[in-house]
Amino acid sequence: MSLDAATVRRVANLARLRLEESEVETLRGELNGILGWIEQLQQVDTEGVEPMAGGAPGEARLPWRADAVTDGGIAEKVLANAPDREGAYFAVPKVVE
Amino acid sequence: MRPTDLTLAQGLDALERREISSLELTDAFLDAIERLNPRLNAYITVTAEAAREAARASDARRAKGEAGPLEGIPLGIKDLFCTEGVRTTAASRILGPFVPPYESTVTANLKRDGAVFLGKLNMDEFAMGSSNLTSAFGPVENPWSRANDPSKRLVPGGSSGGSAAAVAARLAMGATATDTGGSIRQPAAFCGIAGIKPTYGRCSRWGIVAFASSLDQAGPVARTVEDNAILLSSMAGHDPKDSTSANLPVPDFRAAVARGVKGLRIGVPEEYRLPGMPAEIEALWEQGLAWLREAGAETVPISLPHTKYALPTYYVVAPAEASSNLARYDGVRFGLRENGADLKDLYERTRARGFGAEVRRRIMIGTYVLSAGYYDAYYLKAQKVRALIRRDFEEAWAQCDAIVTPATPSAAFAMDEKQDDPVTMYLNDVFTVTANLAGLPGLAVPAGLDAQGLPLGLQVIGRAFDEETVFAVGGAIERAAGFDAKPGIMA
Repeated sequence: MSLDAATVRRVANLARLRLEESEVETLRGELNGILGWIEQLQQVDTEGVEPMAGGAPGEARLPWRADAVTDGGIAEKVLANAPDREGAYFAVPKVVE
Repeated sequence: MRPTDLTLAQGLDALERREISSLELTDAFLDAIERLNPRLNAYITVTAEAAREAARASDARRAKGEAGPLEGIPLGIKDLFCTEGVRTTAASRILGPFVPPYESTVTANLKRDGAVFLGKLNMDEFAMGSSNLTSAFGPVENPWSRANDPSKRLVPGGSSGGSAAAVAARLAMGATATDTGGSIRQPAAFCGIAGIKPTYGRCSRWGIVAFASSLDQAGPVARTVEDNAILLSSMAGHDPKDSTSANLPVPDFRAAVARGVKGLRIGVPEEYRLPGMPAEIEALWEQGLAWLREAGAETVPISLPHTKYALPTYYVVAPAEASSNLARYDGVRFGLRENGADLKDLYERTRARGFGAEVRRRIMIGTYVLSAGYYDAYYLKAQKVRALIRRDFEEAWAQCDAIVTPATPSAAFAMDEKQDDPVTMYLNDVFTVTANLAGLPGLAVPAGLDAQGLPLGLQVIGRAFDEETVFAVGGAIERAAGFDAKPGIMA
């Protein structure tokens, strides 16, 4: 599978990465190089193999904890790194006219 | 002996015998940083005043008889670990001004045990790289250089290149690092020091900037295997805040280092004999196996048949997880913001300006392999091949107790080599990435020098949660190798 310029633009849009028109061709070449190399995975017979999800070396069991409030009341800490804020809220450009 | 020459274990002894104070030790390292960091660029942030304050507090605790296991030891912290009140960048422009309001579990554990933090160490941006060339804060220089071309600046490896360079040049007694595909072991090998990626789940990932959550593990780098064992004992342990953190007791890793290898079966995987591998690396590998046989181990040929698919599997799984993890950097809640015409434009401009080229490439690959229509062909397929790679190891453990391989396919390369093609750079991790995919512990140990006088390392891979055997084998290699070469740039 080889990516065309339209797919590169579509993926950049999905990833919310602004792409200048002058960058499309270079990126397309690099991505196709990587994807072409990844293509060799298709040679592997994986019939009947369960996909490995997560990184645990053995059987992964997700632990449970009580559904209780364990944190909170730290609005100032949460907002401390905000590029822009209004009161106890993160501020962004107007979304609805 | 100068204080910066002490190993971590020797430093603890000297502190305990009151031959030196933590403040004196800390000042010695801060002086070394002041002199050499402008050239090496190993630290992004030096916290000199906070370090002196912590050292004074440590000396006071020791005087009161309240010394912890790492009391007074000056360490460097990879800038991927969130440190409360101290800027944490992940070596990215996008996190540039970020000051965490919390402390990662691993660094909190080190503080609990008395460690003193000197500052935050440089790395590849978001831990994506094998050279440290992708850092937004400039490259790190390897303190070693080639005998026939000493002016050629070499890379320290990556992504934990600042950690490895700082420890090798004696700008820290030890350092924290992380390893997603080889990011502890490859830079350790390139800089002539030791480093261990423990079993997935051994250290909490809470408060570590996430790259690929099913592969990321924290671990130490230090000059000796024993120093690594001491540091890992403090870093490891169960943490309810990381659901993948293993609820298992932390063994006495330090005791395991001297255990010896008598009766152990050491697996030698045929598939790691790469065509075109430098003869020096092949010879060092044979030498390492001979040392282990002399120490009483048996070496056995094993097969890990899916090895050749490990890197392509990694370059589907890791970018997929990264594209998801890095979605949080949107310019709204923390870090860099580039204003735009509307909210979407703000996101897109912030992310395009904030992420470097390699990070953007990996986000693109990850977004593509997870997108509708391609998920099964790429992501699901890679997860299945990953299961086969894990199965290869499970079958190998019937025949051996540990596996020994070269740590890297070459010695450190120059800053102006290997940059044109991403795939060539990815091949650096060919020997290390399998342990991440299978979740297994892997230790790099310096074992010799190449013809140019550059360090080369061997890797020991062990069973899940059997770091003790890994340390025993690494300790035996270290004792036999007697590696005492020193880098050209050193405090």
